[in-house]
Amino acid sequence: MIALDKRPNPSALYATLSPFIALALTLIAGVILFLAIGKSPAAALYAYFIEPLTEGWSLHELAVKATPLILIGAGLCIAFLSGNWNIGAEGQLVMGAIAGALVPVLMPEFRNILTLPLMLCLGMLGGALWASVPGLLKAKFGTSEILTSLMLVYVAQLFLDWLVRGPWRDPAGYNFPQTVRFSPEATMPAIDYASGRAHWGFGIAIIVALALWYMLARTRRGFSLRVTGQSPRAARFGGFSPGRTTMFAFLLSGALAGLAGIIEVSGAIGQLRPTISPGYGFTAIIVAFLGRLNPAGAILAGLVLALSYLGGEAAQITLGVSDKIARVFQGMILFFVLGCDTLINYRIRLKGASVSGTAAVTPAATVGPEQKRDIDAAAGAVPEAGRHA
Amino acid sequence: MLEAILISIATAATPLFLAAIGELVSERAGVLNLGVEGMMAMGAVTGFGIGLATGSPLIGALAAVIVGAVFSLLFAFLTLTLASNQVATGLALTLLGLGVSGQIGEAYVGQPGVRMGPVFLGLDPIFWFSLVLLVVVAWFLFHTKPGLKVRAVGDSHVSAHALGVPVIAIRYAAVAFGGACAGLAGAYLSLVYTPQWVEAMTAGRGWIALALVVFASWRPVRVLVGAWLFGAITIGQLQIQAMSLSTIAGFAAPLDSIVGALKSVPSQFLSSLPYLATVVVLVLISRNRRLALVNTPACLGQPFVPDR
Amino acid sequence: MLSVEGLTKRFGTLVANDAVDLVITPGEIHALLGENGAGKSTFVKMLFGSLRPDAGIIRWEGQPVSIHTPAEARALGIGMVFQHFSLFEALTAGENIALAFEGGGTGHGAIGQKAREVSETYGLPIDPDALVGELSVGERQRIEIVRCLMQDPKLIILDEPTSVLTPQEAEKLFETLERLKGEGRSVLYISHRLDEVRRLCDRATVLRHGKVVTHCTPSEETASSLAAMMVGEEVEGFSRTASSNHASARAVLRLNGLSLPAASPFAVPLKNVDLTVPAGMVIGIAGVAGNGQGELFEAVSGEVLQNDAGMVAIDGTDAGQMDIEGRRALGAAFVPEERLGHGAAPAMPLTDNLFLSRHGTDSGSFTGTLGNILKGKLKTVAAHISATMDVRKGAPDPHASALSGGNLQKFLVGRELDREPLLIVVNQPTWGVDAGAAARIRGALAEVARRGGAVLAISQDLDELFEIADAIAVMHHGRMSKPIPIEDATREKIGLLMGGADPDHTELDEVQI
Repeated sequence: MIALDKRPNPSALYATLSPFIALALTLIAGVILFLAIGKSPAAALYAYFIEPLTEGWSLHELAVKATPLILIGAGLCIAFLSGNWNIGAEGQLVMGAIAGALVPVLMPEFRNILTLPLMLCLGMLGGALWASVPGLLKAKFGTSEILTSLMLVYVAQLFLDWLVRGPWRDPAGYNFPQTVRFSPEATMPAIDYASGRAHWGFGIAIIVALALWYMLARTRRGFSLRVTGQSPRAARFGGFSPGRTTMFAFLLSGALAGLAGIIEVSGAIGQLRPTISPGYGFTAIIVAFLGRLNPAGAILAGLVLALSYLGGEAAQITLGVSDKIARVFQGMILFFVLGCDTLINYRIRLKGASVSGTAAVTPAATVGPEQKRDIDAAAGAVPEAGRHA
Repeated sequence: MLEAILISIATAATPLFLAAIGELVSERAGVLNLGVEGMMAMGAVTGFGIGLATGSPLIGALAAVIVGAVFSLLFAFLTLTLASNQVATGLALTLLGLGVSGQIGEAYVGQPGVRMGPVFLGLDPIFWFSLVLLVVVAWFLFHTKPGLKVRAVGDSHVSAHALGVPVIAIRYAAVAFGGACAGLAGAYLSLVYTPQWVEAMTAGRGWIALALVVFASWRPVRVLVGAWLFGAITIGQLQIQAMSLSTIAGFAAPLDSIVGALKSVPSQFLSSLPYLATVVVLVLISRNRRLALVNTPACLGQPFVPDR
Repeated sequence: MLSVEGLTKRFGTLVANDAVDLVITPGEIHALLGENGAGKSTFVKMLFGSLRPDAGIIRWEGQPVSIHTPAEARALGIGMVFQHFSLFEALTAGENIALAFEGGGTGHGAIGQKAREVSETYGLPIDPDALVGELSVGERQRIEIVRCLMQDPKLIILDEPTSVLTPQEAEKLFETLERLKGEGRSVLYISHRLDEVRRLCDRATVLRHGKVVTHCTPSEETASSLAAMMVGEEVEGFSRTASSNHASARAVLRLNGLSLPAASPFAVPLKNVDLTVPAGMVIGIAGVAGNGQGELFEAVSGEVLQNDAGMVAIDGTDAGQMDIEGRRALGAAFVPEERLGHGAAPAMPLTDNLFLSRHGTDSGSFTGTLGNILKGKLKTVAAHISATMDVRKGAPDPHASALSGGNLQKFLVGRELDREPLLIVVNQPTWGVDAGAAARIRGALAEVARRGGAVLAISQDLDELFEIADAIAVMHHGRMSKPIPIEDATREKIGLLMGGADPDHTELDEVQI
């Protein structure tokens, strides 16, 4: 049996280590997984996690994939920390992409220096508006934002599907379900055309994540978000309105998902298609948790998850494993992260004996004190951190 | 015609009902498991695969029940033994379930599956089983001692622990029951509803089932009502989509204009109706806060770590 | 009947029970005395099988036993009535009772019938079909006692049973206990109310810091000698100084027909509450738990807004529509009942918790131009508060949850008093706080009144109100009685009002303001 002992203060050590332990456990699970499907674990893990980092073009790809993950993940840190479970970022990404694409699709002649900034602003607006629906419903009626935000993902995806097959379809596109290609003015410029596809969206993502980190750690607004998530009643006592905090968290995380959406279509894809994201909005949930809900941590976590996408593609090519295995790895990372986070607040103790409360009724046995102490000495051999004066 | 429509509504409602009745028991014990979608996906791929391998849809369904329950124990271990956050862990279960089922199901894409046929009144055995399950769950929760303990644990785990009710063990059992039901619900999709495997074929039904539990305010019979309502919406929109292809000509003239108007609605909008309906239903339910507060299990979503 | 030798329980490095010895004979009412945190609850949880001892022997009728679960304790003949009731609000009384028994009943059949019989025998009326969430605290305690008695226990453990009762209800409880004693049952009576213990109990065991200080016969002791054993040192009594200028004082807080519908199914609506808190006075609000005190606090603090701005006036300004920040800006300060999770965020350091209630006051001096938090300034002020209020902590800036209840409460009261507020509203100022901290907090509140501020103190502890208040009003079912000046207040008068006596039909003098 496993028993938990609450720590008097959360462990700073494990708060830092927990994501790394989780990644290590994921690798171990990966070894077992590859053994199970009859692949050499060493070759597989090399192909999956190392090979993508050895070539210039694939580093570019890493940045391309990390961009939306960092943007959305940083926004979700804010939402989750404040107790707002926005799990509909995928839909907000889609609506942001659609709103941003209004300019190149409906006004293809509007081509100047303002085109891209306007698209980015519209993208944020689209994502924020879509996110405001679950936010508003939660703030006003107390409706579970988990379910409403998720439901709206399906609606957004169907809406995009209709647009690109219907009114927004490129008339000169041989009936393919896609819009016109965006003009150069409507395209996120690449960092270095010569070496790869990485675009300046990556820079935007890094700056946004750092700015959010500052806001969260150092400002009154950040304080209000943190205290609302930890202790809603204390936040209300402090004078921070829960409704306003909810709206802020949804608008911000939605805007960033929308920004990720328009950056993805203007930078990486160049047009709207029925599917514009391989689930970035959901994977960003993992990014947020792997980054320990710290927007700066989301930068690193976003790169790790981007690597899992690239690794999946690489493994498909070199090993003949389905790239779906990336999803398996991503799911495992989140599982292990959540499990390891327990170490931050609790000491884990393994107990041999039956535990009160869960044991069935047993006849009252007699255990002498000496015997008892032996059992406990064997069971409770976990070092104390030595606080609590 | 009417009979066919009723049968198709029942078929659309059954997976929702099964997943929701399992989640209801789990939530009554105070555990919010957002992994229903993932558990359903696991059940769907298991039911399809085992059904195909053995040629028996029944064995496929049984395997799905077992896999659903075992898979849910991952969630139970994290949330109950390691006291992790239930919302986040449930999401993790969904992501993992969708990933693993996609990986396993790679081999089944495009294959024709085995089908569980109707046995009585045009309906399949799992449908009839689901009705039995409703009676059993309602009786269990409100007329048996173990059912009383489940409700007690969901209302106050601290009090239950003080009285010697085994909180964690009961929650493990409730979560596993939820997993088993979700597994069966998934198998229903791949063995009865559309006997084939498509990645992520659950298409949000696990989430709708979660909404149904709220809609039903944690009452078993109301879950059935809600499932039929959503089944009707699903079938309704599919019927309208299908009508544009055939059979409309036979309708009476006065209906022509309505049908014509409906026909012109893009299929994507019709397909989004169940999701929009879910949002609307959730809003209507939550507007009645008093009702929601009385019925919500008081410990729902809260981790429990006993002193020792 | 029961003898305990060397019972020890550790939580991490804290020794909650250190080699506790205790003997209870049949037909004895045995008191377990001690301050909050002395280890009384830990001790009884081990007797009842909710906690496992680390060392020591429990002998039951001469035989050593090891009690792993409450079910085993019950099988032996040990019954328990919990302090914070172990009842389920969403279940009926009958279901609550059935849960304590092995076997199949769900409380509607035989068990419900037996509950009715027991309740009639002992004069403890209950309705097995009533939903517990809708019952009063006294009714809930009756369910607990009936549930306990149905198991025909030889030893009954009662954990602070009178802390939630009116003096009159407590009298009835004492009658029941005497009757149980007459039947040859033993009672382990946990309390820190010394008068009760002296009256009722045959023997007493006094605990301090987890250790047995002494075993004694309470009737041979005085209340102050018992108190000295519990506390271990002479606690500096708080000495009342006559409030200065009643007559001329202006009203700092005025409630005018304050009404508020119940926010949730089990909450209490406020009904037409009128009250004036003048400058220089401490007004106490007495009442049994759950009669609207929490709702009153939230309404006055602005956590819940009023429909009519005039319902709450602070320093002459109608504040009913202002949120808590607006009311703070008028000079009000608030200390809620729950420290962790309401007054303070448990997992945040003290500096953050200082910022929590002070970010908008003090002319915003804790934030810079960009809304950035000035941590250095917070540290200085937090250190000052800790020094003034004698807050003892293990680290320079620990999390709120790492402080003991008394030290955290001193910090939270100090956090507000440091602003020198015009009005301070406190709910349960010293609930669960050790005697030393309680004396300091009471002194600090009195000091506010002395320098001309106003204090509204809501408390279930009548002794506390008699100690600090200049007048006491009573809440019952969301209604407020007129304040009784402390010179005219007696425990009987207040007790009657707490039990719901109609204030208009009792002869009470109004406070003259």
